[in-house]
Amino acid sequence: MAEQTVLFAKHIEAGAKMVDFHGWEMPINYGSQIEEHHAVRQDAGMFDVSHMTVVDIKGVEAKAFLQKLLANDVAKLKVAGKAMYGGMLNEEGGVIDDLITYFLNDDYYRLVVNSATRVKDMAWINKQAASFDVVVTELPELAMIAVQGPNAKAKAASVFNAEQNALVDGIKPFFAVESGDFFIATTGYTGEDGYEIIVHNDKAADLWQALLDADVKPCGLGARDTLRLEAGMNLYGLDMDEEVSPLAANMAWTIAWEPSERDFIGRSALLEQKASGTLPKQVGLILEAKGVLRHGQKVVFTDSEGAQQEGVITSGTFSPTLGHSVAIARVPRSIGVVAQVEMRKKFVDVKVVKSGFVRNGKKTF
Amino acid sequence: MSNIPAELKYASSHEWVREEGNGIYTVGITDHAQELLGDMVFVDLPDVGDTFDAGEDVAVAESVKAASDIYSPLTGEIVEVNEELEDSPELVNSDAFNDGWLFKIKADEPSEVDNMLDAEAYEASIDED
Repeated sequence: MAEQTVLFAKHIEAGAKMVDFHGWEMPINYGSQIEEHHAVRQDAGMFDVSHMTVVDIKGVEAKAFLQKLLANDVAKLKVAGKAMYGGMLNEEGGVIDDLITYFLNDDYYRLVVNSATRVKDMAWINKQAASFDVVVTELPELAMIAVQGPNAKAKAASVFNAEQNALVDGIKPFFAVESGDFFIATTGYTGEDGYEIIVHNDKAADLWQALLDADVKPCGLGARDTLRLEAGMNLYGLDMDEEVSPLAANMAWTIAWEPSERDFIGRSALLEQKASGTLPKQVGLILEAKGVLRHGQKVVFTDSEGAQQEGVITSGTFSPTLGHSVAIARVPRSIGVVAQVEMRKKFVDVKVVKSGFVRNGKKTF
Repeated sequence: MSNIPAELKYASSHEWVREEGNGIYTVGITDHAQELLGDMVFVDLPDVGDTFDAGEDVAVAESVKAASDIYSPLTGEIVEVNEELEDSPELVNSDAFNDGWLFKIKADEPSEVDNMLDAEAYEASIDED
């Protein structure tokens, strides 16, 4: 029996088609995922992301613990509320999960991790925490609603109280404020402006309804996937996993090499991978002809030395914003500006760009 | 619940067929099939004049979720394709049995239709899935 979020009844009320998503019964769409996608690019949409796991890390060694656990360095977070994205790696330098860390104070950080990896994440975090003076607490009583789109902030303002509105006024991306019932963060997974709001389960349905009344469109996991892919954001389990180096998954920017004495888990493995010079890299692919690039399809090209090279599409979709297909691929570093993808027994030409195709409603390549 | 018009004939692979007279049949995919596939983004149709055997793959319906082969329910020659789908593939979602039709085929052997499922048998076949 799949788990349900506290918003399950609201989804059914809104006509959602529910699917099993890693043990959670979640909305895939409420009719048309393309319309939901456009709502987020052009106006405002909301997603129930309550299946994601909120984990609080408290204690005098909270900072030291996270400096060991995460490849990015929480020492960069100096202002209360500041957030950071990065990977939690294993000793071999593979990605156990990607997550967001919020700095609340020196003894208190909050992590938001993927739901699909919850069990292994918690096992790993607890195992590593054993040698530190910290308390690790999972908070299943919290729900989370992401409100995203060019009008998301304005519409959310109508459901916030005066104090909340004063606090969010002018806050930068990747920042959280807490007031009243809400933990409000300027994070997201769509490439648009907006918030992710963490709220107690008891208040989640009221918040959802208030956003509905403010004309924010409910959006399912289908639209969430096409939006994140257009934005060039990784999906754990497809674009990277424990077998993939963050250096091969466009996550090099999330690895804090300095200070060099910070011995985070996976550091020595990453250094070896770097030195080997054989790591693949992540690129974006664009197919302007008909057809849709899909996960698992083979990417081939001839390098400058005339050698045949091969890579793979890690996630692909039709881009509703662009009107053609785009994909994220992992390929040998020698790739140029064109390649071919094997689709349905035929090879089709694709353009190779940096991963990331749409930001704030606009094409970026 | 999917809509399954009683006057049409069906293939277990989710195509429907409507008789237009003179041995010509309109073919599309069922409402149930479009629901499974989700938002349609491209429909790759055959060319007029192409000939197909019953059961041969004749078209591809590509949705946000997957690419799906469509099989010709009948043996014959394509006499018309739904050109509206070039710009509006979503017609397959919004009106699978009418505006979302795919192609018309002139059947070599119209009796092949008799071997197809009626609405009741098709409904039973989906319920088994």
